[in-house]
Amino acid sequence: MLYNIFIDPFMQMAAAPDLLVQALWEGLVSGVLYALIALGFVLIFKASGVFNFAQGIMVVFAALTLVGLHEKGVPAWLAVLLTLGVMLILAISVERVVLRPLVNQPDIILFMATFGLTYVLIGLGEIIFGGEPKQMITEELFLPRGVIELNILGGRVLLQKIDIAAAVIASLMIVALALFFQYTRIGRALRAVADSHKAALSVGISLNQIWVIVWFAAGLVALITGIMWGARSDVSFALQTIALKALPVLILGGFTSVPGAIVGGLIIGLGEKIAEFYWGPLVGGGIENWIAYVIALGFLMVRPQGLFGDKIIERI
Amino acid sequence: MFYREAGQFKKTYQADMAVFPILQDRIGLGIIVAVAALIIPFFGSHFFISTVMIPFLVFSLAAMGLNIVTGYTGLISLGTGAFMGVGAYACYKLTTYFPDVNLIIWIIASGVFSATIGALFGLPSLRIKGFYLAVATLAAQFFLEWCFVRVPWLFNYNASGAIEVPERTILGIAITGARADPTARYLVLLGIVVFMTWIASNILHGRVGRTFMAVRDMDIAAELMGIRLLPAKLLAFALSSFYCGVAGACMMFLWYGGGEASDAFNINQSFNILFMVIIGGLGSLIGCFLGAALLNIVPVALKFGLPSLGVPIGGATAEHINLLIVGGLIIFFLIVEPHGLARLWQITKQKLRTWPFPY
Repeated sequence: MLYNIFIDPFMQMAAAPDLLVQALWEGLVSGVLYALIALGFVLIFKASGVFNFAQGIMVVFAALTLVGLHEKGVPAWLAVLLTLGVMLILAISVERVVLRPLVNQPDIILFMATFGLTYVLIGLGEIIFGGEPKQMITEELFLPRGVIELNILGGRVLLQKIDIAAAVIASLMIVALALFFQYTRIGRALRAVADSHKAALSVGISLNQIWVIVWFAAGLVALITGIMWGARSDVSFALQTIALKALPVLILGGFTSVPGAIVGGLIIGLGEKIAEFYWGPLVGGGIENWIAYVIALGFLMVRPQGLFGDKIIERI
Repeated sequence: MFYREAGQFKKTYQADMAVFPILQDRIGLGIIVAVAALIIPFFGSHFFISTVMIPFLVFSLAAMGLNIVTGYTGLISLGTGAFMGVGAYACYKLTTYFPDVNLIIWIIASGVFSATIGALFGLPSLRIKGFYLAVATLAAQFFLEWCFVRVPWLFNYNASGAIEVPERTILGIAITGARADPTARYLVLLGIVVFMTWIASNILHGRVGRTFMAVRDMDIAAELMGIRLLPAKLLAFALSSFYCGVAGACMMFLWYGGGEASDAFNINQSFNILFMVIIGGLGSLIGCFLGAALLNIVPVALKFGLPSLGVPIGGATAEHINLLIVGGLIIFFLIVEPHGLARLWQITKQKLRTWPFPY
């Protein structure tokens, strides 16, 4: 038993390095995608202190809008633009209807409100677009398809082109966001709001505007995430459960840290795939669902605010 | 006018500290219990009892459990569904091993098992706080859910992988299984819920409850005042899981009558119950009932009410509109009264007290 847990998996890794590389690659790709979702969470949490449970359904909603518009005969580039418009309208209405009346309420109330939002979006999406899974429009968006085979370490490793594209686009996205935060006027305002709402207000930054912007940014991230996940499987409401996958990433990285979301995503993605691949068969498989939480919990026991989270200072 | 406490003098400390100090409240409670115990079973249709009343009572019990840990102790738990599942499976194992023992004893006893598991998963709460803890409790949810599917011992290795509720009788009347009458199930459930509510009220109004509230309001300050946080938080988790476990056992045995646990005890169930607690009112026992009633009656009313009003919606569309409306209602109630229906009820009582001269 102990042999099976502590020695055998490593023997397998050493015996078949190509399989290990394959598992690592898959973990890396899903890690990047988890990081993308977590990024949407972090953006909103930083700027408004709202734990936005609706991020997962926003991903689905954005992808569905895109595909649905394209099915109606709208060209792909226009569909993307229109979807962005829809996300902007969503951001504005969320700010008006949900956030503004609930300013200064306890966190859990806001969390619950985003839950209500999730229900509304599911209902709305199902009524407008129908519940059946849809195909993501990969060709029209110039996303590559197919497989690259690499011969390394005496074996073959299969790389999906779409995965490579996903990793590249996600990295570009993260760099762009980082630059945006660092060098633009709005980015500076966003950072100010994240530091202190009151101080930001007192120097004339409009919180309402910032919230719209930040929800729109989260919508943009959601759209890109939706395209990537949609291209890997298909676009359906089952996708919203990936939001639950992003939660351990969040607590691992810390709710307030963009680098944390990325590093956390990679750790969770890798850990999950490796654990499922080498240790999963020991207990009958399917451990992917909870192993991420256990990894995150392990890290939290050492650092309760996550790897990169702000230090929690408590005063009486 | 009808709700005045003028003339009701309190002559003893006991009377002053009573949970329901006002006579009208006591009468009202008596009437509600009497209606629930005497009128509904005999005049309510089977359909009403089994689609409205039984789920309402089960969810009230579960909401009470969650309210102990989230409302009174301030620790957000998202593992409610899984703890309910533990109760259901424990009850199933117990009643198949010892079929001759009265089922009600096993339903209550199954709470002990979920309390143990709950305390175990409550351990991180000493170090982790807020949303970090909420997500950490999801670990319990997903791990236990996985166990329910992957550990065949839990469902006695039967082929369907589901709990098959055997028939059990009390005083010769079937309360579970295919022959059980909804009225009998309802009465048993009502007894359990009233008993458990009474116990909860006593616990929460006593020293333990005050400890919980001190921890909720600020745990460091509570620690400085000499409250030991580890026992307090673990007790909150254990007590909460006890209630959830009993609710789960009731749900499986008295409501569903068997079925796959992965559907009944999944993450959505946890969120559903969290809604009830929040909409009902955090830290209020009456809120558990109000929240459960609202979130239970609205879907049923929409499902059966709209078609009877002549709004032609069927099947899938109804489901979606249902989701839409429930989501909207949640946001609406949070905006109107973030402290929940319990606070609305308090305000109403205050208004009644001063009516018709509010100043």
